[in-house]
Amino acid sequence: MLSNIFKPGRLAFIPYIMAGDPDLETTRAIVSALTEAGADAIELGVPYSDPLADGPTIEAAGTRALKNGVKLSDVLALVKEVHEAAPPIVLFTYYNPVYQYGVQEFARAAAGAGAAGAIVPDLSLEEAEPLRLALGAHDLEMPLLVAPSTPRDRAAEIAGQSGGFVYVVSRLGVTGAGQAPNFEPVRKQIAELRSVTKKPLALGFGISSAEHVRAVRGLVDGVIVGSALIDAYSNARGNEAARRAGDYLKALREE
Amino acid sequence: MRMRPSAAGYFGEFGGKFVPEVLVAALAELEREVDRAFADPAFWNEYASVLAEFVGRPSPIYRAERFTAEVSPATLVLKREDLNHTGAHKINNTVGQALLARRMGKKRLIAETGAGQHGVATATVGAKFGIPVDVYMGAVDVERQALNVYIMELFGATVHAVHGGTQTLKDATSEAFRQWAARVDDTFYVIGSVVGAHPYPFMVREFQKVIGTEARAQCLERFGKLPSDVIACVGGGSNAAGIFAGFIDDAGVKLWGVEAAGDGIETKRTAASLNAGTVGVLHGSRSYVLQTADGQVRETHSISAGLDYPGVGPEHAYLKESGRASYVSVTDAEALEAFFDLAKTEGIIPALEAAHALAFARRLAAERGPDDVVLVNLSGRGDKDINQIRAL
Ligand SMILES: Cc1ncc(COP(=O)(O)O)c(C=O)c1O
Repeated sequence: MLSNIFKPGRLAFIPYIMAGDPDLETTRAIVSALTEAGADAIELGVPYSDPLADGPTIEAAGTRALKNGVKLSDVLALVKEVHEAAPPIVLFTYYNPVYQYGVQEFARAAAGAGAAGAIVPDLSLEEAEPLRLALGAHDLEMPLLVAPSTPRDRAAEIAGQSGGFVYVVSRLGVTGAGQAPNFEPVRKQIAELRSVTKKPLALGFGISSAEHVRAVRGLVDGVIVGSALIDAYSNARGNEAARRAGDYLKALREE
Repeated sequence: MRMRPSAAGYFGEFGGKFVPEVLVAALAELEREVDRAFADPAFWNEYASVLAEFVGRPSPIYRAERFTAEVSPATLVLKREDLNHTGAHKINNTVGQALLARRMGKKRLIAETGAGQHGVATATVGAKFGIPVDVYMGAVDVERQALNVYIMELFGATVHAVHGGTQTLKDATSEAFRQWAARVDDTFYVIGSVVGAHPYPFMVREFQKVIGTEARAQCLERFGKLPSDVIACVGGGSNAAGIFAGFIDDAGVKLWGVEAAGDGIETKRTAASLNAGTVGVLHGSRSYVLQTADGQVRETHSISAGLDYPGVGPEHAYLKESGRASYVSVTDAEALEAFFDLAKTEGIIPALEAAHALAFARRLAAERGPDDVVLVNLSGRGDKDINQIRAL
């Protein structure tokens, strides 16, 4: 269960990587390097042609993976191969590939592959239910996102239906390391969330430096680091990419 | 016919709100404002007066006798949206959305554009109402549509070339969604067709409905009867949704949407989402999408940049499924032939988009009787396409 990775007084690290960027072999190597570097869970991106919630780094990573013809079924096969020697793996995918795969079939296949859950950033609370229930039937969890623009009552409702943890988006906009998160409004939102849910809170979007990690220690239960990590190993392949990814995570964790 | 989507934004099983959470509050705010404004006669009065004085409405209907003389016993009538200010139906919608943005106190408009027509229409209302405009346009389209880029800049808009993905309209749309997410508190996203998350498909159709309402009254007055058929081209589907809306309750009137087949719907080089696509989720709603079996959105092709889009508005998916409207397609070659023929026989240069509707209309009119009136939406003029045609 995803919720088990969070321990009181400890910050969980959840790195995000794009499956198949630049190739599946490299992804395999990165997963084991991140495992060794102490990742508490891994978000594994499924490449998609129109990633509305992502900035340039992750979009480009997805484009590289798509050029290699990487499909959802390849990503599921990869999870099956690596999950036993890795922390819980959460698939990060847009809805259309899941919809084409079939919502029920996807839930069954993700469970069969050993994934712990799925995050689908373009499924709003209103549209998420069919997939959430399908995943739940296989004991898979679906963390939902709360944005800075989410009104209080709605945030409480999202937290109530979120599985594993609540994914708190640190700022308006899309993923990417370019624009710094604004922690002041986040602090307020976290306090509000704490008053309505006991579920762990993980913060993501724009977390890209030791300074950010220091700023949120004690505030949230976990951080999600994507674009900055991908930047750290882009242009490298295989073991070299894996080494850079591992080093990056280690440096952040030691903060 | 149920003309209003459900509370969740669905036409049948199509539509919805498939967007990142960061945009949900903005959509809810827009929904509330749409409800208020649409119930406010003062809003519609102002919309009507801007359309009359600035856009030049009502646009006339025109009997294109020479265009069909050799093939058709029926009367072919054109609804002249090409005579609107800025040369296409797109302006009806941007006037409406700019008025909403002003009511909501938004400080900036953003828009996506392919051919540039919607970008120009948004830049125009930005200039008219004094609201800054940023337009997102695929880098390939920025090259292809240099004249429209210049016009947008002339109107004070900033045009941003989008380099991601296929560098065309679908990527410009994705980028506009992202930019909206980053500035969702002060920015109004002016979507150019009946696509996107609820309430966009409904709202844009209501702004384009003026085409159908006018045309219906004009046909009754001029011919003493309704047309047998109403035809419009379908990219995202806004000009079609607008003219269809005027006739949707007239069960005897056949509605035809004409998609861009490109090289042919059986080829990969096509943009006919309803004819060659499958049900999927793109840019905020569930509808027909040109995509691979594993859910990647496909690159499309049409000679007409305004129809070159892999999605289609959810209401059209519903009209197709329910059988109320039929959707056909026309190839690049057929559209080009209609383009030249209308120019030669009537002295009108149609937009390449509208040429698709004309090509099918002439085919259909040949099958209708002498008492029938076939109405075609001439959605825009073809000045923007002249350089492309000359280079062929
Ligand atoms: C003249 C004209 N007609 C039609 C279209 C297609 O849009 P829609 O299907 O929304 O009417 C465009 C789009 O740019 C256009 O410029």
